[in-house]
Amino acid sequence: MFDFVSFIPRAIVQGIPLLFGSTGETLTEKSGNLNLGIPGIMYVGGICGVIGAFLYEHSVPAPGALNPFLAVCIPLLSSLLGSLLMGLLYCFLTVTLRANQNVTGLAMTTFGVGFGNFFGGSLIKLSGADVPSIALSRTSAFFSASLPFSGKLGWFGKIFLSYGFLAYTAVILAFVCAYILRRTRIGLQLRAVGENPNTADAAGINVTKYKYVATCAGSMIAGLGGLYYVMDYACGVWSNNGFGDRGWLAIALVIFTVWRPNIGVFASFLFGGLYILHMFIPSGMNLAVKELYKMLPYVITILVLVIVSMQKKRENDPPASLGLSYFREER
Amino acid sequence: MNKKTKTPLIHITKRDALPWYKSWGIRAAAILLALIVCSVITTTMTGENPLQVYATIFNGSFGSPRKVWVLLQNIAMLLCIALAVTPAFKMRFWNIGGEGQVLAGALAAAACMICLRDTLPNALVIVCMCVSSILAGALWGFIPAYFKAKYNTNETLFTLMMNYVAMQLVAYFVIVWENPKGSGQIGIINQSTEIGWFPQIGSYKYLLNILIVAVVTILMYFYLNYTKHGYEIAVVGESERTARYVGIKVDKVIVRTMILSGAVCGLCGLLLVGSTNHTLTTSIADGRGFTAVMVSWLAKFNPIWMIFTSFLLVFLSRGAGEISTAFGLNQSFSEILTGIILFFIIGSEFFITYKINFRKSAGKEVASHV
Amino acid sequence: METKTAAIEMRNITKRFGPVLANDKVWLNIYRGEILALLGENGSGKTTLMNMLSGIYFPDEGEIKIDGKEVVIRSPKDAFDNGIGMIHQHFKLVDVLTAAENIVLGLPGKLDLKAASAKIREICDKYGFSVDPTQKIYDMSVSQKQTVEIVKVLYRGADILILDEPTAVLTPQETDKLFAVLRNMRNDGKAIVIITHKMHEVEALSDRVAILRQGQFIGDMLTKDTNAQEMTNMMVGHAVSLNIDRPDPVDPKPRIVVKNLTVRNLDGIVKLDDVSFTANSGEILGIAGISGCGQKELLESIAGLQTVESGSISYIEDDGSAEELVGKDPLSIAELGVSLSFVPEDRLGMGLVGNMNLADNMMLRSFRRGKSIFTDRRSPRALAEAVVQELSVSTPSVDTPVRRLSGGNVQKVLVGREIASAPTVLLTAYAVRGLDIHSSYTIYDLINRQKKAGVAVIFVGEDLDVLLELCDRILVLCGGKVSGIVPGRGAEKREVGMMMTKLGGQCHE
Repeated sequence: MFDFVSFIPRAIVQGIPLLFGSTGETLTEKSGNLNLGIPGIMYVGGICGVIGAFLYEHSVPAPGALNPFLAVCIPLLSSLLGSLLMGLLYCFLTVTLRANQNVTGLAMTTFGVGFGNFFGGSLIKLSGADVPSIALSRTSAFFSASLPFSGKLGWFGKIFLSYGFLAYTAVILAFVCAYILRRTRIGLQLRAVGENPNTADAAGINVTKYKYVATCAGSMIAGLGGLYYVMDYACGVWSNNGFGDRGWLAIALVIFTVWRPNIGVFASFLFGGLYILHMFIPSGMNLAVKELYKMLPYVITILVLVIVSMQKKRENDPPASLGLSYFREER
Repeated sequence: MNKKTKTPLIHITKRDALPWYKSWGIRAAAILLALIVCSVITTTMTGENPLQVYATIFNGSFGSPRKVWVLLQNIAMLLCIALAVTPAFKMRFWNIGGEGQVLAGALAAAACMICLRDTLPNALVIVCMCVSSILAGALWGFIPAYFKAKYNTNETLFTLMMNYVAMQLVAYFVIVWENPKGSGQIGIINQSTEIGWFPQIGSYKYLLNILIVAVVTILMYFYLNYTKHGYEIAVVGESERTARYVGIKVDKVIVRTMILSGAVCGLCGLLLVGSTNHTLTTSIADGRGFTAVMVSWLAKFNPIWMIFTSFLLVFLSRGAGEISTAFGLNQSFSEILTGIILFFIIGSEFFITYKINFRKSAGKEVASHV
Repeated sequence: METKTAAIEMRNITKRFGPVLANDKVWLNIYRGEILALLGENGSGKTTLMNMLSGIYFPDEGEIKIDGKEVVIRSPKDAFDNGIGMIHQHFKLVDVLTAAENIVLGLPGKLDLKAASAKIREICDKYGFSVDPTQKIYDMSVSQKQTVEIVKVLYRGADILILDEPTAVLTPQETDKLFAVLRNMRNDGKAIVIITHKMHEVEALSDRVAILRQGQFIGDMLTKDTNAQEMTNMMVGHAVSLNIDRPDPVDPKPRIVVKNLTVRNLDGIVKLDDVSFTANSGEILGIAGISGCGQKELLESIAGLQTVESGSISYIEDDGSAEELVGKDPLSIAELGVSLSFVPEDRLGMGLVGNMNLADNMMLRSFRRGKSIFTDRRSPRALAEAVVQELSVSTPSVDTPVRRLSGGNVQKVLVGREIASAPTVLLTAYAVRGLDIHSSYTIYDLINRQKKAGVAVIFVGEDLDVLLELCDRILVLCGGKVSGIVPGRGAEKREVGMMMTKLGGQCHE
C-alpha cells in the first residue's frame, strides 16, 4: 500500500523551496523580467543565511544556548540581504543598462552557484572539519521547530503541523502575492508593466520603479527558498551543490502554474511529490526507472507550455513583454 | 515660466553605430576593469600581490603543454556549442537548450558504442555514432522549433525544460548501462576493445576535436555569411515582415535552422563521448550550453570573434581555477570571477548601444531665457 | 448665441520636426458645448496640432490658454490635469486586463473595481455607451476598445475630448452610435474635437469646422454656413502646376485584371469591397483616396501578401493567357514567371532591412537566383553601385546600413532595386512621401521610364496634383469601394477630391 502519511510531508518539504522560488519568479516575470538567475539567487540566499548563522553560532561558545530570536533573525536577514543584492544587480544590468535578460540571468546563475559553493567550501575549511559539509544544527533547530501538538495528533499532525515556520511562510507568501497581483492596485499596475510597458508608462506608472521593486522582492522571496532548504530541509547541513537543480524546477513551476502563485502552492507540492515519487514506487530491482520519474515535472511543464500556446487563451500566456527591455524613446 | 518644470539631467539616446574599434575598445576596457576588480578581490582573500594573481591566471592556461592542450580542448567544445546556437540567435530564437541537445547527441553516441559493439565492426560503429548523435541533437532542436513555428510557444522556456528532460534521460541510461553494477556510473565504455573510440592523431588526444571544430567554425562562418540559408536567417531575424514580403517562409526557416542548431550540438556530444571522455555522465556538457549563449552573444554572433570570446571565457575560468588551487581556495572561486567578468562585459554593452547626454544645468537655461 | 469664451485658445503655434514644418503659426479656438471638426488632408498637421494639447509634443513657438489662462502641457498627465483627453488612433490598452482595470490604470488610491464599475456604468448611462466593465480587452471589437478609451478619458474627468480619426476603424452602424454619444457629450457642455478627412462626417456631426493645409490654418466657419464643395476646395487648395512629364501610353494591353475583390483585415473590418478594375501595360494607373481606404490592402493583395476573402486577380501574359494570383504567396507568384515589383509604404519595416547595407538589401530580391547554395554577392554589389550612381544616392558607400540614409535616399535604393528586376508590373505606395522636390522628380522620372518600357504601373499617391499630372488614369477609392475611374488628362482636381470623400462624387447641393 502506498504510504500517504509519510509521502505527503516529504512531498511538501520538497515542494517548499520550489514554492519560494516560483513565487519570487512569478512576481519578477509579471514585471516583464525573465530572471534566469533565480537558481543562482537561491544559492546566494542559502549561503548568506548559512554565513549569518555560522558567525552567530561561533560567537556563542558551543554549549551555550543561542538566543532564539537572534538565531532566527540573523540568518533570515543576511539571507534576504544577499538575495536583495542579487536582485539589484540583475535590475541594474537589465533595467537600467537594458542588457539582454537571458544572458544576464545565466551569468547570475553561474555567479550565484559559484558564490554559494565557494563560501560553503571556505566555511567548511574555517570550521576545520574533515567532512565536506558544514552543520549548523543548533540554528537549524529553531528553523525546523514544528508546531506544538504535531506529534500528538497522529496523521493529521504529521501532514499539517510538522513543518518549520518557513514552510508556512512560503504558503502565506504565495497567497499574499496572488492576492496582491489579482486584487490590488499595485498588482494591477505591475501586470500592466509586464504586459505593455508603453501603455503603463503613458498611464503615468513608473515602469522602472515597478520593475526594480518586483524583481528585488521576487529575488528575496526566492532566496528564502535557499534558506529553507539548508536550515530546515537539510537540517542545517550545507553541502556543495546540495541544492541541485531546484532553481530551474522553480522556473518550470512558474510556467506550470501559468503565472499564478496560489496554484503554485499545490503545484509545488505536486512537483515535490514527483521529485521524490521514485522513492515510494516499489520499483524493485529497476533503479533506472526512478530517473524517468524525475523527468515528469519537466515533461508536464512542457506539455502545459504547449497546450497553453495552442489554446491561445490570453490569460494563460506569458506576460507579453517578458524578456524585453523597455526603452521609452523606442516606440 | 515654462522652464519651471524639472528637466532630467541625464538623457539617454540610442547611438547610430560605433566604429568597430570603439566598440571593441569599450569591451576591452570593461574586461580590464573586471580583471582589476577580480584581482582586488583575490588579493583581499589571499593576501597575495595582484601581479602574482595575474601570473597565476596566465599559468592556469599556459603553465605546461598539457594545460595548453586542455585549454584548447575546452575552447573547442565551448566554441562548438556556441557555433551551434548562433544561427538560432541570429534568427532571434533564444535557444538556451544547447545543454540538452549536447546530451541527446552524447546519449546517442554512447548508445551506439554499447549496443552495437558486439554486432558491428569498429568502423561501422563509429559511422552509426556519427549519424545517430547528430540526428538526436537535431531532434532535440526540432521539437521546440516546431511548436514555436506552429503555435508561437515560448522557445526560451521550452528549450530550458528540454535540457532537464535530456538530463534525466541520460541519468536513466547511465543506470541501465552502469558498470560495474551498483556504481551509479558507466565508467569508460569499451575500455579494452576501444570500439567506437575515435582515432587519435599522433600522440595528441585532443587534436582531432580541435581540428573538427576548426572546420565547423569555418563552415559556420561561410554558412551564415555567404549562403542563401544564412541570408534568410539574417532577414528573418531582422524583420519577419520583410521576410514575408520577399517570399521567405518564416516557419520553414525557423524549423530548418533549429534542426541545424541541434545537429551541431549533437556533434559536440559525439565528440565528448567518442573522442574525449569515452563515457557518459549527466554533467558531460558541464554547463557549456549556457556559457555558449554568452560566448555567442559577446561575439555578436560572429563565428570568428567567437574564437576569441570562447578563449576569453575558458582562459578566465582555467585561470581562476588555478588561483583556487594555488592559493588554497575552493574551485568555485573561478565561477565567481567568471561571473564578475561577465557582469562587466554585459554592462559595457549599454555604452555601445546607447549614448548618455548630460544636459547643462537647468538653472543656466532659465538665466539665458530671462 | 452669446459670445462664448474659448475653452482652449491655441495662439501662433509652430512645430518643426527637423526641417519639416508640421504646424506653421496656427491659431485655433475650441469652445465648450460645440463639436469642432478639424479637417485636412494627410500630412496637413492635424494630429500634430492636437498632440500638443494632449502632451505628446511640446510646441516650438506659441502659447496655449485654457479658459483664458496660459498653461504648459508637457506630458499626458499635464493634459489630464487640465481636463484634456485625447483618443488616439492606436489604442493604449492592456489586452489581458478588463475594461474597468484599464480605465483605472495609473490612478492613485485603493483598488476598488466595484466602485469603479459603478462609476463606469454611470458614465455609460449618461452618454449612451455600452461597456461591460468586466470584459477583457482582447475579447472586444475595435469599436468597443474605442469606447473604453473614451470612457477612460471621461473617468478622469476630462471635459475637452479630442478624437483622432475615430471612425477610420468603425462600421457605419458603429459610427452612428459614436456620433450619438458625442452629441450627448456636447449637449452636456463638453468641448469636442474630431480629427477627420471625411466630408460627410463633418456635415453630419460638427457645429464648426476648421481646415488645415500643409501645416497652415486655412480658416474656420460654422458647418451650417458652408458646403462640401467649399470645404474640399479649402482642403486641397488650388491646382498647382508641377510640370511632370506624361508620355502617351504605347500600345496599352490589359495586364492585371481585378474582379470583385473583397478583403477584410484581421479585425474583420471590410477594407476592400467589391473592387474591380484593369491595369494596362505601358500605363500608369493612379490610386487616389483618403489614407486607409484600402490602398494598402489592394497592393498587398496583388503582391500575394494579403488574404483575400473573395474575387479574383488575374495576370495576363503577353500572349493573352491568364494566371490567377489570388491564394498565392510572393514566392509562388514569382515562380509563375510573373515579374512583379512592389515598393511598399513601410520602406524600412517591409521593403528593406534597416540594419543591412545597400548591397545586402539588393539581394533581397535576387538571392535565390542560381542553383548554388551560396549567394551571389558580386552582382548585388554591382547593382547597388549602379543604383547609387544612376539615382545619385548620397551614401558613404554601398556597405552602409540603409537605416542611416535619409528618407529620400532610402526610397531611391528601394525603387532602384525594385525596377532592376525588369518587372512587368510595378506597384508603388506613396513613392514620394517625405521626399524633397528633387528626389521626387527623380522618382517620377524612373516611373515614367518603366511605363515607356511597357510596365503596368499602379501608383498609390496622396498628392492629387501629382496624380493628376503623372497618371494616365486615376482610380478613386472611397471607404474600400471604387468611387470612380477618371482619365488623368483633363480631370478636375475638385472633382477627384469630391470622389474621394463621397462615393461617385455626387454632391447634394
